[in-house]
Amino acid sequence: MPSASPISSVNDFVIRFANVNGSGSASANELFARAILRMGVPVSPRNIFPSNIQGLPTWYEVRVTEAGHLGARGGIDMMVAMNPQTFDRDVASIEPGGYLLYDSTKPIPMARFREDITVIGVPLTAICNRTYTDPRQRQLFKNIIYIGVLSALLEMDVPGIEKLLGEQYKGKEKLLQPNVHALHLGRDWALENLKCPIGLRLKPANAVGDRIFMEGNAAAALGAVYGGATVCAWYPITPSSSLAEAFTRYCSRLRVDADSKKSKYAIVQAEDELASIGLVIGAAWNGARAFTATSGPGISLMQEFVGLAYFAEIPAVIFDVQRAGPSTGMPTRTQQADLLSAAYASHGDTKHILLLPEDPTETFEFAADAFDLADRLQTPVFVMLDLDIGMNHRLCRPLAWDDQRKYDRGKVMAAPDLETGKEFGRYLDVDGDGIPFRTYPGTHPSKGSFFTRGTSRDRYARYTEEGGAYADNMQRLLRKFDTAKDLVPRPLQANADKPTKFGVIYYGSTSPAMDEAIHLLSAKGHVLDRMRVRAFPFHSSVTSFLADHDFVFVVEQNRDAQLRTMIVNECGVDPVRLVPILHYDGTPITARFISQSIGEHLTALNVAPLRKVVS
Amino acid sequence: MTYIAKPKFHHPGLPTNELGYTHRDYEGKISTLCAGCGHDSITASIIEACFELSIEPHRVAKISGIGCSSKTPDYFLGNSHGFNSVHGRMPSVLTGANLANRELIYLGVSGDGDSASIGFGQFAHAIRRAVNMVYIVENNGVYGLTKGQFSATADRGSKSKRGVVNTDSSIDLVAIALQLGATYVARSFSGDKRQLVPLIKGAIEHQGAAFLDVISPCVAFNNHVGSTKSFDYVREHNEAVNRLDVITGRAPIKIDYEPGKVEVVEQHDGTKLALRKLKDEYDPHDRLAAMNFLQQHAAKGQVVTGLLYVDTEPEDLHAHLNTVEAPLNTLSERELCPGAGVLEKINAGLR
Repeated sequence: MPSASPISSVNDFVIRFANVNGSGSASANELFARAILRMGVPVSPRNIFPSNIQGLPTWYEVRVTEAGHLGARGGIDMMVAMNPQTFDRDVASIEPGGYLLYDSTKPIPMARFREDITVIGVPLTAICNRTYTDPRQRQLFKNIIYIGVLSALLEMDVPGIEKLLGEQYKGKEKLLQPNVHALHLGRDWALENLKCPIGLRLKPANAVGDRIFMEGNAAAALGAVYGGATVCAWYPITPSSSLAEAFTRYCSRLRVDADSKKSKYAIVQAEDELASIGLVIGAAWNGARAFTATSGPGISLMQEFVGLAYFAEIPAVIFDVQRAGPSTGMPTRTQQADLLSAAYASHGDTKHILLLPEDPTETFEFAADAFDLADRLQTPVFVMLDLDIGMNHRLCRPLAWDDQRKYDRGKVMAAPDLETGKEFGRYLDVDGDGIPFRTYPGTHPSKGSFFTRGTSRDRYARYTEEGGAYADNMQRLLRKFDTAKDLVPRPLQANADKPTKFGVIYYGSTSPAMDEAIHLLSAKGHVLDRMRVRAFPFHSSVTSFLADHDFVFVVEQNRDAQLRTMIVNECGVDPVRLVPILHYDGTPITARFISQSIGEHLTALNVAPLRKVVS
Repeated sequence: MTYIAKPKFHHPGLPTNELGYTHRDYEGKISTLCAGCGHDSITASIIEACFELSIEPHRVAKISGIGCSSKTPDYFLGNSHGFNSVHGRMPSVLTGANLANRELIYLGVSGDGDSASIGFGQFAHAIRRAVNMVYIVENNGVYGLTKGQFSATADRGSKSKRGVVNTDSSIDLVAIALQLGATYVARSFSGDKRQLVPLIKGAIEHQGAAFLDVISPCVAFNNHVGSTKSFDYVREHNEAVNRLDVITGRAPIKIDYEPGKVEVVEQHDGTKLALRKLKDEYDPHDRLAAMNFLQQHAAKGQVVTGLLYVDTEPEDLHAHLNTVEAPLNTLSERELCPGAGVLEKINAGLR
């Protein structure tokens, strides 16, 4: 008998699969997550994987959450321990009262289990060895067999799983039957030999709605397709490679001319990140919409070119799927640690536009918007994803597109304008918004050409080292950055029911954990207004939010409070009033962490909860 | 004379080309390079080549890196867009520009520091990607703007102006370009305009990666005894393998060479290259033999010049990527955006 009473929960628990990477577990685990979604119960899965191809530990965690809390929760209610290398660690990580499912083919000494959990042994290897002779099949079907076992233990909808398998193997019917067979092999064994169901159970619900289940990197790629990107240059780097690959895949489906079978796009896998951004800048200078996808180390390499694009005023879209730094850091772990290196990238006085999406849907939207903004503002635009958004399937709003939408190509002077004698000065601020007109190369035989350079120049693009002309240009660039404040996505503010002097600012992938943390905090009587910052430069409402609260917590997934630094730098606020809440161990931030940290601070700030803690 | 504004007037009787343009229409701003700089001769040759080919000046995009050579695009084709980019990174910027609009002529101007030192990687990768371009290296073996340091094309044993002897091996960009698959490879000398102008014309007409290494003595830092990139040294060691003339359908130009064996080569676009052989054994269609010939002569201290290799059926990056004929920068949302209906189907597949 377990010493803690077994956890009992319907549609609200965390199950983690411990596997070996390269063993084919990923598709089985994803099948598990999708099957629960089909039951109308939201899930939030996360890959926890090593920087390795085969043989190292990898985990897949599924948070089942009818309440719709899509952030990581922390704690594991059930462990499917399929990796002997990590067995002890995996067993130790289970919550008291939790469950362990393991392969009991080979006896494991009692000492390696725990008294306070429910241990469920299934002879998976033995079942496989009896059924299959091919070693690869033994490996692959073992994964499906444990899904079958779980279907019995957790009361999953079996026809639903079969339907999913049918969709997965559509056109490959030969593979379908063996998979269905393996599923039932596991399920039947469990029904015969185990007490089913256990305390953790699934029940059909209606909490998914029309939401879609998508990875952020794929959403970014699709946003680039919809946003009119025609040139993509990239260099492989985790966790951004799947973005460029998804763009390739979508383009081959959506961007091939029906008649000529030719491509309405060009994708180059460059020799490094310097060449990637160089290609993007060359293409954008010449009037195409172009982007690159990278991660922190790539941003470091691109610094010089980003400064050129800022100073010479060339559009560029850069997707940064952030990972844990510095240096190679933890390439397969998530962080929000590139904000400063992107926002102020390159030598000299520079500032860049950052877009901070919260999930794949917003990534799609911001990806498409980024091309309009880059063209409108003639400057680099960074779309800051992170591994948590980029490489995990997330339940999110369906993607939408307005067919009336026209691309904003910004201020481009065409041949007829030049012909009518309209004055053209490449760096002339004709509208007072700091944004000058440009011309594309090849526009007109005798008018509108100019020389683009990273050296200082006057309003007519003529080389000059005259201090006044240089300062004039730098001031105009600041004016342009001011203009950007009203063009980038606005922050979203949600005020508490009661007035409060406490606020919290957060961004990006922290969003679902923050939403949940607000509930946890309010259950403890802590009331906070919150603001999700969605872009840099900051809109004036950020300054107002700071002014409206005595203390503002800034929740981030990095060590150095990078967004807080930017707020202090740009908004002229007393740093003492900005309290950093920092999570940076490479795992996604959790609601538990946020609510606990903010709760402790509030206590330290001598704040009496507005009402007694509910026990 | 850089402080003097360039006068705009010109003789009314200046010859015009097919488009009615004079030489002056292909000029740029006044050069700020040192008087006598080899680069200015290359600038003059580019102007001459574009004039003779009757190219519309605005149909050329001039792209360069950083350095003395990279400043020169400001001094020719004033009606073309120019882009003086980042040190050593002209090739990537040019490649991107080329992808955006396949209809322009891309003229990449670089130097030996820009292409053989800091930008060696980008040079190599643009060549191996077969970008349709004219890639000119104005090669003086020395860093001029920073006052006389050796570059990676400086020959081992050559002496700097301050008397320092270079002990590092030199990089021969022509040999590398041949190895990497450039489909038009030539070397010339800034002091030999008669050789250089047709080589540039041939490169412009070539529809693939054309590479030209032009030895261009630096009068300030690399024109002394002991240098292997001085006017005197190059004149004495120049081994021209052929003389080229370019015949286009638009403007037939008579071959003004003294009699000799002339081979006419037709390029894919119909341009004819008339090659008068100076070295009978030299075959510009044999990549391996060209590489061999170069190495043998380099070992003897000779500088081989002329059209060293040409592939008359080149393929370029657009062919490899199978891109549409229309320049990508002309496509609008109508051609590019799949629309709401398609997105609905994508949504359905994600549930």
